Amino acid sequence: MSILVNKDTRIIVQGITGSQGAFHTEQMINYGANVVAGVVPGKGGSDFNGIPVYDTVNTAMEEHDATASVVFVPPAFAADAILEAFDATLDLVVAITEGIPSHDMMKVNFSIPPGTRLLGPNCPGILTPGETKLGILPGDIFTPGPVGLVSRSGTLTYQIASNLTNSHLGQTTVVGIGGDPIIGTNFIDCLELFEADPDTKVVVMCGEIGGEDEEQAADFIKENMDTPVVGFIAGRTAPPGKRMGHAGAIVSGTGTGTAQSKIMALENAGASVGKTPSEVTNCVKEFL
Amino acid sequence: MRLHEYQAKSVFSDGGIPIPPSGLANSIETVLEETNRIGYPTVIKAQVHVGGRGKAGGIALVHNDEEAELAASKIIGMDLKGYFVYEVLVEQAIDFIDEIYLGITLDRSSGMPVAMVSSQGGVDIEQVASSTPEAISKTYIDPLLGLSNSQAKTAVSDAGISPTLTDQVAHILLSLYNIWETSDATEAEINPLMVSKNGGVIATDAVLNIEDDALFRQPELADLRDTRNNNELESKANLYGFNYVRLDGNIGIIGNGAGLVMTTLDLVDHYGGKPANFLDIGGGANSDRVENALDILFEDENVDSILFNIFGGITRGDEVARGINDALDNFDALPKPIVVRLDGTNAQEGMEILNTDHLSVESTLESAVQRAIALASKGGN
Repeated sequence: MSILVNKDTRIIVQGITGSQGAFHTEQMINYGANVVAGVVPGKGGSDFNGIPVYDTVNTAMEEHDATASVVFVPPAFAADAILEAFDATLDLVVAITEGIPSHDMMKVNFSIPPGTRLLGPNCPGILTPGETKLGILPGDIFTPGPVGLVSRSGTLTYQIASNLTNSHLGQTTVVGIGGDPIIGTNFIDCLELFEADPDTKVVVMCGEIGGEDEEQAADFIKENMDTPVVGFIAGRTAPPGKRMGHAGAIVSGTGTGTAQSKIMALENAGASVGKTPSEVTNCVKEFL
Repeated sequence: MRLHEYQAKSVFSDGGIPIPPSGLANSIETVLEETNRIGYPTVIKAQVHVGGRGKAGGIALVHNDEEAELAASKIIGMDLKGYFVYEVLVEQAIDFIDEIYLGITLDRSSGMPVAMVSSQGGVDIEQVASSTPEAISKTYIDPLLGLSNSQAKTAVSDAGISPTLTDQVAHILLSLYNIWETSDATEAEINPLMVSKNGGVIATDAVLNIEDDALFRQPELADLRDTRNNNELESKANLYGFNYVRLDGNIGIIGNGAGLVMTTLDLVDHYGGKPANFLDIGGGANSDRVENALDILFEDENVDSILFNIFGGITRGDEVARGINDALDNFDALPKPIVVRLDGTNAQEGMEILNTDHLSVESTLESAVQRAIALASKGGN
C-alpha cells in the first residue's frame, strides 16, 4: 500500500511547457505516472508529447477525470495556479515552485476546499516506489518496501532514501512537505496517514531548524502513534538569525526553532533520532 | 530584507502613521543643519541593520550645538556591533508620559498574521513576553479578511491601554496592518509608540522587514536595499545566485540542497571540525556554477580545505563530475585542498571520471568529512 498517490492517480501538470514542467513531466511519465493533461493559459488545444494541453484546469477536467495536479508555475503566478486547482476540486495539489511569497501562501492555505489536500510549496513532491511520482524526485533511488518517509528537504531526503534502498529497506511512499514557512500538508498529516497504512512498518521523519512543526509532530507521535518513528534533524550548527537556504530554515533571534529543541522533543516522544544519515538507516533496521 | 529606521519611518508616514520631524545626516555639518532646522532637544540615531543601538552607544539625546557636534563625531563612522555607521537620523525628541508597543508578524504555526499590542513599550518585547506575558495582547488575523476595526480596538483594550487612547492607537494598528500587507512585510513594528503630554501618539522607532521572495513585486522597497555593510563574500555569492552564509570555521562547504548542506555542516561539527560556510550550489552543478562556488571559497582566507558534497538526483553524478573537472581546468593552481564526494544517480561513473590530480575523492559522506578536516588541520596548502 501507499499513502496519497498510487498507479491510479490521474495527474494534470500545470505549467507543462515550461522548462522545469516539460523536463519533469517526461521524467514522471518514464517512471510510470499517469499524466492525463497539461494546463498552460494560452496554449489550449496544443499537445505536449501526445498529452493534451488546456487553457484552464476546469476545461482539462471536463475531458479528463483527474485526481491530482502538479504545479510547475513561476512564483509570481503560482498562488493563482494553486487556487485554480482548488476550484476544480482535485484530491491533491502538489506545488513544486520555490519562492512563492508568504503573503500569497497564507491566503492560499485559507482557501483549501474540503476534500482537497495541498502538498508544498517548495517541495520535491511525492513518490510511491514502483507506481507513480508527482514532482522532481529522482525515481532510481527508491524501491518498494515498509518505510514511510516524510521530509522538509529535497536532497537530504534523497540521501536518506538512497541509504535505505542500498540497505534493502524499501519505502511505501516518500513525501516532501517543503522548506517554506507556510506549507499545506505538514508532518502531523503525513504521520497520521502512515500510521493508518498497514504496510508502513516504520516512519522516517526528516526535519530541520525553524518553526515548531517538529515539536508539534513529537506531541502527535507520543499521543497517537504505534508505528515506530525514526527522526533526523538538520541544522544543529546553524547560527541564529540566518536563513539556511530554505525560507523556513531559520533559528529566530530569540532561539526558537533550534535543532536541539526538536531532537529533544522527538526523543521525549519515544522516537529514535539519528545523528547522521547512516545512523538513521541503523535505527530503521532495529525496528524491522 | 531589513529597512533602516528612516526608510521604515518614511513608509509608515506615507501609510498615515505620525512620526516626529526628522532628517538624515552623514557629517557633523549636516547634523547641525538638521538639529537647527528641527530645534533642540534632538535625538541622533545611528542607521544600521542591528538592534540594541542605544546600549551600544549608537543613540544620543542632545540639547545644544556642542552636544550635537560631540555626538555626531562619535556616532558617524563608529563600529556598531560590527556595522559601520554611514548615516544618522536626526529627530525631534518627544516629551512622553507613556510608551506602547505595536507589532504585526507572521505566525508560522497558524499560518496567520498576528497583531501584538503591549502597554509596556520602549523595552525589548521578548523580555516583556517572558516576564509579563499578560501585558501583551495577541490577535490572530484571518489573512483573507484582514484586521477589522473591532479586532483592533479589542486588541488595544486587552493590552490594558488607557481607554482615552483606544481609538487613536487602534487606528494606528490598522494602518500598521495595511502597511504590513501592502509591502509584503514579515515584520512591522513600532516600539515605542510614544504618548505625549498633550495626549497625542507618535511613532519614535520603526521596524519594517520585507520578505525577500516578494521583492520582485515591491520594486520601490527593493531599491532601498543597503549593502554597504555586507561582507564582500556574501555580496559575491548573492551575485552568483547562491544561498550562502559565512560562518567562523575553516572547512569550506559546497553542496546541493539546503537540507543536505545543513547536514554536511552538522557532520563536520560532529567529527570535531568547524564549517566555514553554508553554500548551496543548487541544481545542475555545471562547470560555471562549480567555478563560481570555488571562486568564493578560494577567496575566503578562513577556508583551509574544501568539501564538495553532491547528491546526484535528476542531475546525474557523471554530469556533476564533468562540471567539476571543467571548472578545475579554469584554475591554474588550486590554492586549497578539495575533497569530493558524489552520491546518488550515476555516482560511481562520476567518481571514475573525476580528475584526481587536483582533488581527493571519498565514497561516503562520513569519510569525506573526516578527510576534509584532516586536510584543514595540516594547515591547508
